[in-house]
Amino acid sequence: MKLRDLSDLAFRNLREAVLRNSLTTLGVAVGVASLVAMLSLGVGLQQLATSRLAKSGLFDSIFVTPKTNLRGPGGGPPATRTPASKARPLDADARAEISRMPNVIEVYPQIRFFTEVRYDGKPYATMVAGMPESSKTSGAFDGMQGQFFSSPNADEAILQAEFAKELSPQTSSLIGKDLILRYAERQSLAAQAGDSAGNPGGFSVVPKEKHFRIIGVVETEPASGFGGFGSGRLLIPLPIAETLRAAQVNDLRDILRDSSSDKPTYSSLTVRVKSPSLVEATETKLKDLGFSAFSLLDASKSLRIFFSVFDLLLGIFGSLALAVATLGIINTLVMAILERRREIGVLKALGAADRDVKQLFFVEAGVMGLFGGVFGTLLGWLIGRSLTLGTNIYLHRQNLPGVDISSVPWWLVLGGIGFAVLVSLAAGLYPASRAARLDPVQALRYE
Amino acid sequence: MSELPPAIRLESVSRQYTMGESVIRAVNDVSLTVPTGQFLALLGSSGSGKSTLLNLIAGLDRPSSGSVVAQGQDLSKMSSLELARYRRQTVGMVFQSFNLLPRMTLEENVELPLRLAEVDRSERAARVREALQRVGLEKRIGHRPSELSGGEQQRTAVARALVNRPKILLADEPTGNLDSATGESILTLLREIQKNPGMTIVMVTHERALAERFADRLAIMGDGKLLSNGAAR
Repeated sequence: MKLRDLSDLAFRNLREAVLRNSLTTLGVAVGVASLVAMLSLGVGLQQLATSRLAKSGLFDSIFVTPKTNLRGPGGGPPATRTPASKARPLDADARAEISRMPNVIEVYPQIRFFTEVRYDGKPYATMVAGMPESSKTSGAFDGMQGQFFSSPNADEAILQAEFAKELSPQTSSLIGKDLILRYAERQSLAAQAGDSAGNPGGFSVVPKEKHFRIIGVVETEPASGFGGFGSGRLLIPLPIAETLRAAQVNDLRDILRDSSSDKPTYSSLTVRVKSPSLVEATETKLKDLGFSAFSLLDASKSLRIFFSVFDLLLGIFGSLALAVATLGIINTLVMAILERRREIGVLKALGAADRDVKQLFFVEAGVMGLFGGVFGTLLGWLIGRSLTLGTNIYLHRQNLPGVDISSVPWWLVLGGIGFAVLVSLAAGLYPASRAARLDPVQALRYE
Repeated sequence: MSELPPAIRLESVSRQYTMGESVIRAVNDVSLTVPTGQFLALLGSSGSGKSTLLNLIAGLDRPSSGSVVAQGQDLSKMSSLELARYRRQTVGMVFQSFNLLPRMTLEENVELPLRLAEVDRSERAARVREALQRVGLEKRIGHRPSELSGGEQQRTAVARALVNRPKILLADEPTGNLDSATGESILTLLREIQKNPGMTIVMVTHERALAERFADRLAIMGDGKLLSNGAAR
């Protein structure tokens, strides 16, 4: 029989015992729903964890220092240290070269300096950190008071909450106020006449002031990423921080080296690549260029393994309900064979082959699986949404930002429906072959 | 007519069932030839083996020994798939209890063999209408069997048996559930159908009077054996 005729007959048969078949289909739907809901939680939590990790920038960043850097993580123990002769300065040229490397999306220096801030006429000592534009999406600024820098070149500052409390117990009242940053600017000196070695002339340090407007207060510590030397409490846009040419901790050491004071050199650069999986290859290339490079291990890999096992366990628990539903399908179809014995006999007498009868029952099982799968996936999605909603109401009461703990991606929708059909077909195997084996003579005699 | 090969040839056909330790010989060494175009009535009391013999000719059952050859095909050598094709293409069956599917309309019931034979949808409607016209039920095409009288239901069953244009029509007590007038009209219908060149009819019945009036030949069975081969009248 052609598939269309088979489906016609199957639908007709299913409609005939509509209550029983609907209940069986509902059983499949509940089974699929529990599976989809469980897996949507697994997927949602995995996405939540990986997106937080990815946003933090810890796992797609490489920390680059010159090889002669004595204090950076690239220095290493003396035995592994590269001789100074091979060292290459980490200057603007190097920065540009690294920026041009494939898969590199951002290269920025770590700018932090100790300084004095004057607010409301009183001095406060603090650490200033330059924040790259990309840090806006790192998640560290989620739920902050006020807003992120309006542009990378705005004279605006975001305060870390603890420092903000030093300025005023009412941190929200600080937003919109001005503060004065007092810092030491590096000014290069001309080389001294008669210096036969051609050494650069070093630099002088000149006190300077700059006004910033406070636009936000943040609870987290966005500038405490690895490679730093202390947390920044006063955050300003990185391009602004670079133009300040503020004297930094490494400057005294730099002057003893061969770098020209006119060219900015960096004690370290942070290199961000497109994805955590590219970190290792890029790190190797950076080392080949003559720099020390350091990165955290790709934690997302072990996270994936953890969540695969987690999903598997959730899937097993979710499948239990589907296993029960499978028994429901078998029961329904076996009952249908008893009821439709005579009909099977008539079909065979009219020329239906065993294969036709088998396919008919198979299609009926498949149709129940398809409907159960579609309805169950929808139900599973709704359960996931309800769990997310419930969790968010709870988090909201705890004054925490909302999260999306369940996710139903396309593969889960198609997988849920496909699995339901597959399981139903498997459940239909025994009834279908039993129906096909019916002796037509006996079946026709059956009243 | 005699020059044509026989439509059905049974050679020493036996069909036995084992029930516990006893062996029941439902059909016992029957040899019978039915020429093409003949209307044969198979008579006998209940349990005489006539329905079993009909099932063997229909390819619904297989003989324990002997051979059943219909339209030149040896049914005992066919696979179950080939037997199904034979039932679809070569024979049409009419039963005592009509065996129409109650939830289907007349049109759908008559269409069923066409679906099984994978006849094109475009062709089906015309074939169904033609078959129902032949039995005088074209106006009840959208009705369900429960809305028809017994005679009309049996006519529908005849239309369903004919829709695939078989060469052999097998009828198992077609008048058994009908009053005598209706039964007569059904046999008149079968007789008309037999006028189609090449159509062979084998009818199982225990109503001798009717059989004598409508059939070309009577064969009588008793205890699984062919008691009288009958002669063409």
